[in-house]
Amino acid sequence: MERVKLSRSQIRGIIATWRLRNLLSMLVTGLAILVLIFLVLPVFVIIPISFSSAQYLTFPPPGLSLQWYQQYFGGRDWIAATIQSLQVGLGTVVVCLLLGVPLAFALVRTSFRGKFLVDALVISPMILPAIILAIGDYLLFVRLRLVGTTWALILGHAVIALPFMVVNVRATLKGVDPDLERAASSLGAPPLAVFTTVTLPLMMPGVITGALFAFIISFDEVVIALFLSGPYTQTLPMRMWSGLRYEIEPTLAAVSSLLIIFAAVILIIVQITQSHHTEEPR
Amino acid sequence: MQISTTTRRITLLLGLPALVFLVFFFLLPLVDVLRNSLIDPTLTFENYADLFSSRVYAQVFFKTFQIALVVTLLCLALGYPTAYVISALNSKRLQSLALIFVIIPFWISLLVRTYAWMVVLGRTGVVNSLLLTLGLIDQPLRLLYIRFSVLVGMTHILLPFMILSLYAVMQGIDRRLVSAAATLGAGPVRAFLTIFLPMSMPGVAGGSLLVFIMALGFFVTPALLGGRGDIMISMLVETQARQLLDWGFAAALSAVLLGITLVVLVIYHRLIGLDRLWSV
Repeated sequence: MERVKLSRSQIRGIIATWRLRNLLSMLVTGLAILVLIFLVLPVFVIIPISFSSAQYLTFPPPGLSLQWYQQYFGGRDWIAATIQSLQVGLGTVVVCLLLGVPLAFALVRTSFRGKFLVDALVISPMILPAIILAIGDYLLFVRLRLVGTTWALILGHAVIALPFMVVNVRATLKGVDPDLERAASSLGAPPLAVFTTVTLPLMMPGVITGALFAFIISFDEVVIALFLSGPYTQTLPMRMWSGLRYEIEPTLAAVSSLLIIFAAVILIIVQITQSHHTEEPR
Repeated sequence: MQISTTTRRITLLLGLPALVFLVFFFLLPLVDVLRNSLIDPTLTFENYADLFSSRVYAQVFFKTFQIALVVTLLCLALGYPTAYVISALNSKRLQSLALIFVIIPFWISLLVRTYAWMVVLGRTGVVNSLLLTLGLIDQPLRLLYIRFSVLVGMTHILLPFMILSLYAVMQGIDRRLVSAAATLGAGPVRAFLTIFLPMSMPGVAGGSLLVFIMALGFFVTPALLGGRGDIMISMLVETQARQLLDWGFAAALSAVLLGITLVVLVIYHRLIGLDRLWSV
């Protein structure tokens, strides 16, 4: 092999390029780290604030106190709103399970003309501005005399939560080999038994993630709730909304901290379900 | 593979309840919006005529576009390097750790995230307290209830969508191509500009359009963080309907917003393919 001789200026050039590359990669990595911090840090600022002994928003808290948590747990309106939100959230999950799981199954296991339109119909509530649906829902539910009922909230939320259910179930269902189902039915299992004993257990991670998504979407939703709820069906986000709109209630720091912990628990469940899913042998 | 026609029919039927549900509770409300915009108060185009003849409303539309555009550019400027670094990480473990940072905000309530910015940017908030303690300012700065806080809050909420869109594309780019360019004598900047950047363009287009569409319809964040001047279309709809009880006009505004959103969605479909949204 021939040895390549580099001139001094060439070596200098290589070193300069190498330096430039290092400098650039350091800058870009630094920026990326700052962005990741920007994404999570503001949210966690709320937790120390929630233990503040001050009567108004101030940082750092002058002393520690549980007063805002007491305000939340002792506040009738806060607790009523939380229970209402839990009810609506669970109702949304049930509707999405009943409709979304069979739909995802049909979409993965069959192909038909116009499937794209069905896909687009199912997914679009996820992207359309919520205010449009809120106005439309109100106009429809007024005619059905459902405005102000828990049912109106459940149905309104189920529409925007359904895409998340379908997307998640679909993703796992695609990984389930239809041959397993065929094997079960060739051994004499009736279709329903095939579904409950073979398909359902295999697509469970997607169902669980989809259900958690559906719950969180409903539990966090404020725009549709503003239009559909009545005096007795105020949800937690609506209560929070009125606590933020005109003056900032410090109780919100405590409520927010509880919601952050709640979100963390859900995220951990999702991560466990997903990793369990990927570790499974194919 | 062969599936018997009966099995196929039964499988198709399984999707039917959900479709009926969507027709009733998704399409019907949208039709109601259109209908109401034309019949309230009487059968008329008046609502649309009002909408298009007034400077005030034109300004709201202009501001909405402006805010959505700036937020999209901010998300791109912050999201691109971040997605680049994450997708270049060698260790899978580090990669998923970084991605968790991106995903965490998704699961935290939108109201909580918006409230967080009130705590950070408020008169007695984190930034002002910090600057006052350090002696850099002697009067608290006005950081909240202005355009700046709207941009910060919206960018914070939409950035994860941008990063994930970019990451999905960048992950599939073979980085040996960039190394090859470097071996052939291209400097790091040129190798990036001629190889990596063009290959990441689908992610840029997809992420930007997605963020832009979502930003157009934003309501909660601008309503809570914005000043008197920062009125976006969704906020105008809410005011018209709930406070002024002018449902016909609110419906007309919604119909126009729906039209704009659909146009951007069609562009998205032409460029990227709508199926990207559900087959991730």
